[in-house]
Amino acid sequence: MKPHSGALGRLATLRLLAQRFAFLSLILASFGLMIVGKADTSLMERLRLGVSDALAPILEVVFRPASTIADVVNGVRELGSLRTDNARLREENARLMHWQTVARHLDTENQALHSQLNFIPDPDPSFITTRVIGDTGGAFVHSMLLNTGSLDGVRKGQAVIAGEVMVGRIAEVGQRSARVLLLTDINSHLPVMLEGSRAKAILTGDNTDRPRLNYLSPNANAAPGDRVVTSGHGGVFPPGMPIGVVSSVQDGVARVEPFVHRHQLEYVTVVDYGLAGILPSDNAGEGREH
Amino acid sequence: MDLWVRHLLPVGLTLALVLMGAMPTHLPGFAEISPQLPLIGVYYWAIYRPELLPASMAFVIGLMNDILLGTPLGVSSLIYILVQGMTMSQRRFFLGKPFMVAWCCFAMVAAGAILLEWALVSMLYDHVVPLTPAVFELLMSVAVYPIFSWLFGRTHAAMLRAE
Repeated sequence: MKPHSGALGRLATLRLLAQRFAFLSLILASFGLMIVGKADTSLMERLRLGVSDALAPILEVVFRPASTIADVVNGVRELGSLRTDNARLREENARLMHWQTVARHLDTENQALHSQLNFIPDPDPSFITTRVIGDTGGAFVHSMLLNTGSLDGVRKGQAVIAGEVMVGRIAEVGQRSARVLLLTDINSHLPVMLEGSRAKAILTGDNTDRPRLNYLSPNANAAPGDRVVTSGHGGVFPPGMPIGVVSSVQDGVARVEPFVHRHQLEYVTVVDYGLAGILPSDNAGEGREH
Repeated sequence: MDLWVRHLLPVGLTLALVLMGAMPTHLPGFAEISPQLPLIGVYYWAIYRPELLPASMAFVIGLMNDILLGTPLGVSSLIYILVQGMTMSQRRFFLGKPFMVAWCCFAMVAAGAILLEWALVSMLYDHVVPLTPAVFELLMSVAVYPIFSWLFGRTHAAMLRAE
């Protein structure tokens, strides 16, 4: 556009200035969001959840065909390995039958001992099983969106499991959607222990698929193959929930291979163990509702 | 009559890419290295139709991306605004150039964007997040660029025919 007269030229300059100004204010707004998000997390959380609540139904409808396609592909792939799977499962079944006998025996023994000690059991958990509607990919955050929220009783800090293994914990709850922070996320810290030696540690994600064991006492002697379970410290998760196995120990840093496979998660279970927990935001969240 | 619908297409398609980024693919190992799809949309439309995807829309798209993915709010917004502004200011260079030029430049722009994202996220988390997944994210984004560029190209051609 060539300015034909002075007035037009001035108009064009003004327009350019306005554009520059808008551009700069948008950049400043982005920085402002980052700073506010760092300072006041609850405000940003409410904003986030308002939007993901609105998007949850859309995601659910849009991705249903996608998951059907994935199911069909999986079905075809499974046909190929049917024979080997069957043989493996028979063998495993035989082994598990033996374990079942052992477990029954131990269970009765345990109950007898509990009754002798007047042991107060942990409260019975309640479950909500829900669909994963968003596996939010990306190199920087490991999280998933669920299509249940506070209306269904999901609360912040609750454990999320798939089958019997730990997936992560609820990090944000909206009315109809919730975000799960996976074990591998850089912001995930879980109190765990080695199942064999009962040595305590904190499982810290670092955005790789092998989270590391921090604060493990040096004489704990973690070795590859050791099972890692929740320790129950902090009162958020009950003790003994399986997480993974130690995959490597290098330079005193033990890394854990989680049992959960992120790509296979289609349905997960949010578990309320009725433990109050030490998460301060849990109470704050409840306070807002009353 | 449906002029405004056509004019919403660039923003709409780019928002659709944001949603696609949150799709559970159930592919092993894919989630960590899934491409930055909205970046392709922001870049493409900044070259060919900057007035239909202005900086303000890039900001909104970035906001949606952060909200859906769970990255700290403002990170994607800043990156998309910068990509939009930078690309738009150089758009004359691209017009009439072969596809390879746009592709190579996208690789450079995406490298800068993802590196900046990595630095910002590391700063906001007070932790250095690993760079390797970011590099894979970049490679994936560059690899899928031709597909989406082609799709956008077809859309753009249809838009021009209708106008």
